[in-house]
Amino acid sequence: MSQGGRPGHVAQWARGLAGLAGFLVLAEVLGRTGIISRAVLPLTSTVLARAVGLAADPRFLADVGATLEAWALGLAIAVAVAVPCGLVLGSLPGVRTATRTVVEFLRPIPSVALILLVGLVLGPGLRMNVTLIVYAALWPVLFNTIYGLDDTDPVAKETLRAFGFGRPAVIRFVSLPSAAPFIATGIRLASSIAIILNISTGFITGRISGNGIGAFIADANTGAGNTALVLAAAIWAGVLGLVLNMVLVWAQRRLLPWHQAYAAEAQ
Amino acid sequence: MTALLRRWTVLLLAAGAWEVWARVQRSTFFPPPSAILARMYRLWFAGPATHLFLTEDAIGNLLPSVGRILAGLAIAAAIGGAVGLAVGRSAAVYGYLDPLLQFARALPAVTLLPVFIAIFRLGTQMEVAFIAFGTIWPIMLNTADGARYLDPVQVETVRAFRLTAWQRLIRLIIPAALPKFFAGLRLSVSLALILMVFAELVGSSNGLGYEMNNAESSFDMTWLWSTLVLVAILGNLLNVLELAAEHRLLAWHRGARQHGN
Repeated sequence: MSQGGRPGHVAQWARGLAGLAGFLVLAEVLGRTGIISRAVLPLTSTVLARAVGLAADPRFLADVGATLEAWALGLAIAVAVAVPCGLVLGSLPGVRTATRTVVEFLRPIPSVALILLVGLVLGPGLRMNVTLIVYAALWPVLFNTIYGLDDTDPVAKETLRAFGFGRPAVIRFVSLPSAAPFIATGIRLASSIAIILNISTGFITGRISGNGIGAFIADANTGAGNTALVLAAAIWAGVLGLVLNMVLVWAQRRLLPWHQAYAAEAQ
Repeated sequence: MTALLRRWTVLLLAAGAWEVWARVQRSTFFPPPSAILARMYRLWFAGPATHLFLTEDAIGNLLPSVGRILAGLAIAAAIGGAVGLAVGRSAAVYGYLDPLLQFARALPAVTLLPVFIAIFRLGTQMEVAFIAFGTIWPIMLNTADGARYLDPVQVETVRAFRLTAWQRLIRLIIPAALPKFFAGLRLSVSLALILMVFAELVGSSNGLGYEMNNAESSFDMTWLWSTLVLVAILGNLLNVLELAAEHRLLAWHRGARQHGN
């Protein structure tokens, strides 16, 4: 897939890896020479060793599993709610105008600000975690569905209508397939938001709301605080987000083969 | 007028339905909107005219939160914009730094709060640094992306006129990167609100998140809802401000482009 005029894939990879290695070595040197105090920031080697250790730590793996469970449930519910809502708002302009003020007021409320409220109303646990994820993950999917419908080729729609198809058929055969790549992009945005929200919730409420990467970091942070462990867990959280994104891109390619071009562009 | 009415009808109807339902149910968790608004007025906006009607509580908690967001965003925009331009203009630097920056963006900033507390201790300094760190990546990566791809015709024109490096930067590169810079800034504005609330919930002695904590631990639902509505209003205001800034600067940019063509 390499294009003319750009450095080859190998060269790009080599540069990227060199940059990464350079950063890690620089951080290690700054730590060892005492320019950055080890009491404040642990050595790179310590953090990496911790990160490797975590990969085999059953307690951490259980926390990653719990985060994944909340992520999957929350994302699935958010998609199940947001796509139909987006179809309604995207195909009925009257409804969209009427609900715009409500939507515009609700959207900027950060889910993090809802943690305490939802915690009191639902009590700590998976239900609370999933509810918060659903609220946060809803918006990108909803708005991308609407954008996708706005972007549908009007000629294709009119053609179907001219053949006597009703609105449901137009949505099923034209609007939805054409909006699908937009929806997929929305789901990928929602995926990283879901992870961040689950970690935030766990961090603020602690073990009381169940296992998760957030609770793990809160534990690592109690008492004297173990910055190396926190950083190691943060690295895995970042890797998790990237891997889930890759999985979603792969799924998008499998499920929407007619949008290869889009899929390549959206990467 | 009818359009305005249509836009507000559903919101008012929803609030009305909530009001009636909450009064009939005497719900503990969902106080009626009128009670929330009354509390918001008393808590924050019933102050003396000399203080712009802000109460002590608003000055002590609302202003620090707003200040932290603005300071954090200003730092992120300045550093992220400048570094983004530099990274975007050099293919080699871009190649070396891109994976590192992409990973920094993928790293959930919330996981790093303990690290920021370890470095800066609790307080405004830590919160501003945390917000700046969390919001810098979308700005930096978007600006780099914008600075990378220049219009070939403009590049040739600039070359023909033998502009100095400085003129090239001001006339060609910055205008080309500006729309992308704002696309990043828009993402960062909503991120900043999230990070502010999060940092203040975890450890702060003032601010909206701190007030939320107090409301929760005293089980005062009307107070908790009031802080939530205030955060929503703040989020809306920040978005409006960002869009206004974007509109002004990009209007200038569009004008400059037309002029240049």
